Amino acid sequence: MTEPKIRIQNLYKIFGAKPQSVLKEVEQGMSKQELLEKHNHVLGLKDINIDIPAQGVSVIMGLSGSGKSTLIRHINRLIEPTAGKMIVDNEDVLAMNKQQLMEFRRHKASMVFQKFGLHVHRTVSENAAYGLIIQGTPVNEAKQQSQKWVERVGLAGFEDHYPSQLSGGMQQRVGLARALATDAEILLMDEAFSALDPLIRTDMQDVMLGLQEELHKTIVFITHDLDEALRIGDTIAILRDGAVIQQGDPQEIIMNPADDYIVDFIQDINRGRVLKVKTMMSRGHSVTGPNIPATMSLEEALPLVSASDYKVGNVVDESNDVLGSITLDQVIAGLVRPEVTTNPESRYR
Amino acid sequence: MDFLTEFPEMGRQDLRDLKKSIDAGFREFSREFGQALETFFEPLLRFLVWLETLLLATPWPIILIVVGTLAWLGSRSLKIVIGSVLSFVAIGYFGMWEDTMSTLAIVSVATLVCFVLGIPLGILMARSDRAQTIVTPVLDIMQTIPAFVYLIPVVMLLGIGKVPGLIAVCIYAIPPIVRLTNLGIRLVEKEALEAADAFGASYRQRLFGVQIPLALPNIFAGVNQTIMMSLSMVVIASMIGVAGLGVPVLRSISNQYLALGLMNGLAIVALAIIFDRVSQSYGERLQKHRSGGHHD
Ligand SMILES: Nc1ncnc2c1ncn2[C@@H]1O[C@H](COP(=O)(O)OP(=O)(O)OP(=O)(O)O)[C@@H](O)[C@H]1O
Ligand SMILES: [Mg+2]
Repeated sequence: MTEPKIRIQNLYKIFGAKPQSVLKEVEQGMSKQELLEKHNHVLGLKDINIDIPAQGVSVIMGLSGSGKSTLIRHINRLIEPTAGKMIVDNEDVLAMNKQQLMEFRRHKASMVFQKFGLHVHRTVSENAAYGLIIQGTPVNEAKQQSQKWVERVGLAGFEDHYPSQLSGGMQQRVGLARALATDAEILLMDEAFSALDPLIRTDMQDVMLGLQEELHKTIVFITHDLDEALRIGDTIAILRDGAVIQQGDPQEIIMNPADDYIVDFIQDINRGRVLKVKTMMSRGHSVTGPNIPATMSLEEALPLVSASDYKVGNVVDESNDVLGSITLDQVIAGLVRPEVTTNPESRYR
Repeated sequence: MDFLTEFPEMGRQDLRDLKKSIDAGFREFSREFGQALETFFEPLLRFLVWLETLLLATPWPIILIVVGTLAWLGSRSLKIVIGSVLSFVAIGYFGMWEDTMSTLAIVSVATLVCFVLGIPLGILMARSDRAQTIVTPVLDIMQTIPAFVYLIPVVMLLGIGKVPGLIAVCIYAIPPIVRLTNLGIRLVEKEALEAADAFGASYRQRLFGVQIPLALPNIFAGVNQTIMMSLSMVVIASMIGVAGLGVPVLRSISNQYLALGLMNGLAIVALAIIFDRVSQSYGERLQKHRSGGHHD
């Protein structure tokens, strides 16, 4: 494994008048509720440990108030932690002085916001060029350099419009262009598409995935929408009340949810579309049956397996080497939802 | 039961002594520093005199053209341009031209002074809550204390003349520009600022690139109010030797000249309306980009 791009270690954030004074108790396991009642402090994040690999899309997911925004703002230190470490490219972000931090934000990590965060007094092209202008590039040059990104996000022709003249989806395209224009390796996206209508949201996901295919940025993507997480995430971490309760490969999380919270989370997804053949197969010898790519969804594999003579198929990788096999029963097992053991009105809501 | 009907006052003699010693102290102070203060304000006085002389020396048709042009640049409205020019024509026709020029001079200089001092002060207040808690009550006092009361120390320090008049006008007129600069900056959306921070903006880039541009409509409303308030101080300022439309008003009070007072009063009103309409429509154009079609 290569070195992770971003390492978050033992990160704590407590909001309130004297966070340090209650840190000990939180470290010893005091709950969010208790902390609020006893000390009138809000537990933002609790012992977060996440390694974020380079050049992938890492999704952080959780319900409203679980601490997602708080967490992502620690990466570029828009929020100071109460305790813990934030290492980016083997550099301690928390040890940086003002100047170094400014440089870090200008060149290393850029950000896309849920509410867009555009400057209403700047035109589309001025907004897109904002990061470059902040770096000290003359305005006209900055606009020229960012023009490419304005076009890439599909806003050619709108350069001289003001944000208030654009729809939400178009405004977020400006936000995306602004973040891409600085060529930062890290892209922090805080519920970037949550404010958009479902169709526009899918559109924007496509735009982003398309760009990612050639840019290979390290993307930290926050969402509360599991479908979105599954669609774009290479890895997923799930937050609840400020703590990570499960992280890893999306398929793994769906097959082995760590607790009821996650079971609830995943129960409404379309399992057939999300789960891949490789997740359900058994490794081993080839069988008599059709070849099925390992990355195919169960939904697509179902008719193939079902139509075969022995209700079984060979699972193959990209170069058509056989990895193992999958039976109709295995496909169907993947489609069955796990039992929800608590009632839907469970405590965390 | 004298105690309940008579308020337990400080002894008469003591009170007199107290007042005397304050007066003596201040007189001492003004003897000591009056001269220094006068020298300090000398450039301001020269600028004011220069502007007044310039306005008075300029042929009236040119002034009319300038007024019309400025009104057009500000408002882009023919109606306002015609209204402004006609007002000035009427002012001249009824023999108030020179007083009006003097008033214009002092109002312009006062506005400039308020602008130069008030905006940085407002920025400081927006930046620090501490500054805000200190400055706010001072502004409250400046706005509510009767003008005559602060005229006393000003006159004791600097005597009668244009500079004390100017200071009196500024004390009265500066609060709105300070308040609205502060308010405007504090009202700037958190999201816009956070974006600036996230892209590594420095304090100056944040202030001049985001906070001030977004606060501009409010700052502008402050400037507008400051102009209005300095116009309304013209009569009081003329009591301590400022030339302008206030002088004939004062004269008509003591001599019961109704027509004279009314005309000059109306001239002040006309100036106020012109300033207001022009600057308002300028302000509206300034924030045109905010009123686009879509909003979420
Ligand atoms: N400045 C603050 N002061 C006090 N508490 C805060 C502050 N910022 C966040 N919190 C608290 O921290 C918790 C996490 O907030 P955060 O905004 O990170 O949630 P989120 O997961 O991003 O939610 P959402 O989906 O609504 O954006 C919440 O309980 C919130 O009330
Ligand atoms: Mg959030």
